[in-house]
Amino acid sequence: MTAPQSLQLRCCDASGCRSAGAGALHAALLQARDQLGGAAEGVAIKPVGCLRLCGRGPLVALDRPGSGGIYAGLTPEQAPELLAVAAGLSHGLADQRLGPDHPFFALQQPVVLEGCGRVDPTSIDDALAMGTYGQLQRVLAECTPEQVREQVKRSGLRGRGGAGYPTGLKWDTVALQPAGLRYVVCNADEGDPGAFMDRSVLESDPHRLIEGLAIAAYAVGAQQGYVYVRAEYPLAIERLQLALKQARARGLLGAGIAGSSFNLRLEVRVGAGAYVCGEETALLASIQGQRGTPRPRPPFPAQSGLWGHPTLINNVETLAAIPAIIREGGDWYGAMGTAGSKGTKVFALSGAVANTGLVEVPMGTSLRTVVLTIGGGVPGGEGPDGGVKAVQTGGPSGGCIPAALLDTPVDYESLRQLGSMMGSGGMVVMGESTAMPAVARHFMRFSVAESCGKCVPCRAGTVQLLELLDRFAEHRASLADLERLEQLCGMVQATSLCGLGQAAPNPVLSTLRHFRQEYQAACRAPQLCEPLTSCSLEAKGP
Amino acid sequence: MSVLTLTVDGIEVAVPAGSTLLAAVRAADAELPTLCHLDGLTPVAACRLCLVEVEGSGKLQPACATAAVEGVVIQTQTPQLREYRRMAVELFFAEGNHVCAFCVANGACELQDVAVAVGMDHSRFPYQYPQRQVDASHPLFALDHHRCILCTRCVRVCDEIEGAHVWDVAHRGAECQIIAGLDQPWGEVEACTNCGKCVDVCPTGALFDKDDTTAEKQPHRERPALLRRARDQQHWQNQ
Amino acid sequence: MAAEAVERTSRLVRQHRGRADALIEVLHQVQELYGFLPRPALHQVARELQLPLARVYGVASFYHLFRLEPPAAHRCAVCLGTACFVKGGAELAAQLEQRLGVRLDAPAGDGSWALEHVSCLGACGQAPVLVVDGQLAPKLPLDDPRALALRFTALGLDPRP
Repeated sequence: MTAPQSLQLRCCDASGCRSAGAGALHAALLQARDQLGGAAEGVAIKPVGCLRLCGRGPLVALDRPGSGGIYAGLTPEQAPELLAVAAGLSHGLADQRLGPDHPFFALQQPVVLEGCGRVDPTSIDDALAMGTYGQLQRVLAECTPEQVREQVKRSGLRGRGGAGYPTGLKWDTVALQPAGLRYVVCNADEGDPGAFMDRSVLESDPHRLIEGLAIAAYAVGAQQGYVYVRAEYPLAIERLQLALKQARARGLLGAGIAGSSFNLRLEVRVGAGAYVCGEETALLASIQGQRGTPRPRPPFPAQSGLWGHPTLINNVETLAAIPAIIREGGDWYGAMGTAGSKGTKVFALSGAVANTGLVEVPMGTSLRTVVLTIGGGVPGGEGPDGGVKAVQTGGPSGGCIPAALLDTPVDYESLRQLGSMMGSGGMVVMGESTAMPAVARHFMRFSVAESCGKCVPCRAGTVQLLELLDRFAEHRASLADLERLEQLCGMVQATSLCGLGQAAPNPVLSTLRHFRQEYQAACRAPQLCEPLTSCSLEAKGP
Repeated sequence: MSVLTLTVDGIEVAVPAGSTLLAAVRAADAELPTLCHLDGLTPVAACRLCLVEVEGSGKLQPACATAAVEGVVIQTQTPQLREYRRMAVELFFAEGNHVCAFCVANGACELQDVAVAVGMDHSRFPYQYPQRQVDASHPLFALDHHRCILCTRCVRVCDEIEGAHVWDVAHRGAECQIIAGLDQPWGEVEACTNCGKCVDVCPTGALFDKDDTTAEKQPHRERPALLRRARDQQHWQNQ
Repeated sequence: MAAEAVERTSRLVRQHRGRADALIEVLHQVQELYGFLPRPALHQVARELQLPLARVYGVASFYHLFRLEPPAAHRCAVCLGTACFVKGGAELAAQLEQRLGVRLDAPAGDGSWALEHVSCLGACGQAPVLVVDGQLAPKLPLDDPRALALRFTALGLDPRP
């Protein structure tokens, strides 16, 4: 990592800050620098990707020996003042300054995001200066594919897309298939509501992803790859396309990469609005130009994927962690996190929380630390749990964890034990005013709208579940409805064809588990529910 | 030809290598309902009725689309599986408009048979009464979408056996619908060869011969398997 | 326009070397050309990619971003992702239904506005958000009706006359 220039303003130019007015601010800064002249002329102004505290945008980071920091919520009118601060002529804007010791930043440990907000995402020269592609070149010159896979296995990295399958094992499975064509695919179809980690990586540091994907391709022996990005991310697509073009022009993609005999063609495939395409087999169907419907596994894509050939599918965050793992070694990465969940994880923290944005922390960090210390709790919230009622993780496949369990460490196993899951990393904080049956209904609506319609439990079962949840959300349910709700949740979970259907009942089941009294209170005759335990599966309706 | 030995509901059976679990279940003479599966067509594992428990695997597997493995032990009739099957059949009935009393396929309907087999006497889930269409534009046949269960046998037989690909599934989720051509009236689709294979394989009364009235449908669901065998093995039955 | 669009569609297909797996890419580009996917264009795509008509229609109707009918003049999308949900996205949708006099996700009528929902724009830090004719509008102030009305006006979301 190169030392920051002595005087530099890094302006966030990712989607979040753009929508908050980053474009006008950037223009105002350039104009102010011209007008101020003198000391301000020495201040470099550089557009960068996500500076992480998205809820307080537009953000600008100041690199200045001794007095750097991030300035939040800036208006174009404040541009001259900020330049004056940068040039050391003023001590203004102190209210908007967040130092590196600010709790949102202090506990974070950027690995995947190490270049985010530092590198100019539109410049390959800047990326190269930061060391990007260095590991690809080293690996091609010095390592065998087996050695690369060995480091990934040692790192203990697990898939960051949701299921948490060991990445090294997946790479081995693809690499050890009988000789022939192989493909690599990056799943950038980040569809979970409340998740924006992958978008930020694509918008902020696309060359890192390309490097990770190229290393993966080398490690499994693939010469053709795809990045499947959802169409809802136009800026991410634009920057990825540009980065691919730049990498091809520099000989870092294409034939004979970096003077080696390794060839790799990468193409972008843009989705068209289908959440289910985040499921591996549906994604492959979509890349092949078909309806994005899943098929039964086995055979797994690692054995039979694109056009029947072995195909490695990894998510953006997984691949973006690879360059650092190769650089520092698998053991370095494996030393972070917990026994079963190694390394760091990026979370998209949002909802009823003071500091919303991207958070990268070691696995095993407690929810309390993430939500209360880093996130600052619910604005105006009081008490030991900072006004938090529940934290939703894992999107429509996950669940709600009640405030009483905030000390849970965030790792794959702990979240699953609580009936939720890691998912891709969305973390939505809910305050006291949020009703849990309404939350469950919100997610079920999503699952109904996104069901592909192929198998009956998901196609028809989610529709029935939504009708039942309507009754609870509108306080007109009966005890028989509660029984039906649980039965049907179990059936849809056990019998749906793909992960979307199997996980669709999770938001219901987890809120039933932790907030059952809210469902009981929504029954027409709640007094029949006392004591609480009588509302089990065996209970019969009135 | 090598042989695999499996245990189905406690009975040991031998099937040729490359068989599916469904073949093993049939070899054991076990009753396992199916709706989307049809011999001779590529399995899609969509109706979920043939799910079985495979010992050592946490997940239920569709027998129609899962390869048999040496020594595997499967259960087809646990109380849990029976309950799931019954619920799936209830969901089928609740999502469409199935009225046996005046259906062309009454008595020759696989959905009806499956309902009897799983002991479904009513649906615990409310009927959705969807508003659907009837397409009677074809000179010989008609399609009543109310009775369609989206098994996609018609789509597959037309694509894989007849090679015309008149049918496909459009939209998604509960809006899914079988369409002809660019969602055109069937009778206007030039690709249709009037072969009637889609009518032959339809498990319900959704696709039917216009000459047939209530309870007169005579399906020929064996035809895809016969045609595939004729093609693959040069083996003709009617000679 | 029509003849030119037909010619351009052919060119698009040729650019993808007539590969069937390019169907979704081609449909994206055809939609850019026409604003939606007219039947004759789908017919042409099917013919030139040598795909069955039903297959092309099946794909075009599967993906939510493909429009099979001409779009309304203006489009307003309300994000109903989880963060926006927590911050009152549904309430925002209800207010816009009232203000614009259209129902959420109603098929495009002859009105000038179409109001639709999106599942998540990944702009969760700015919740609740709208997208008005392609422009993201962040942090709608639901707790302040007057400020909200001013934001609506500034976005061109004028009340139904």
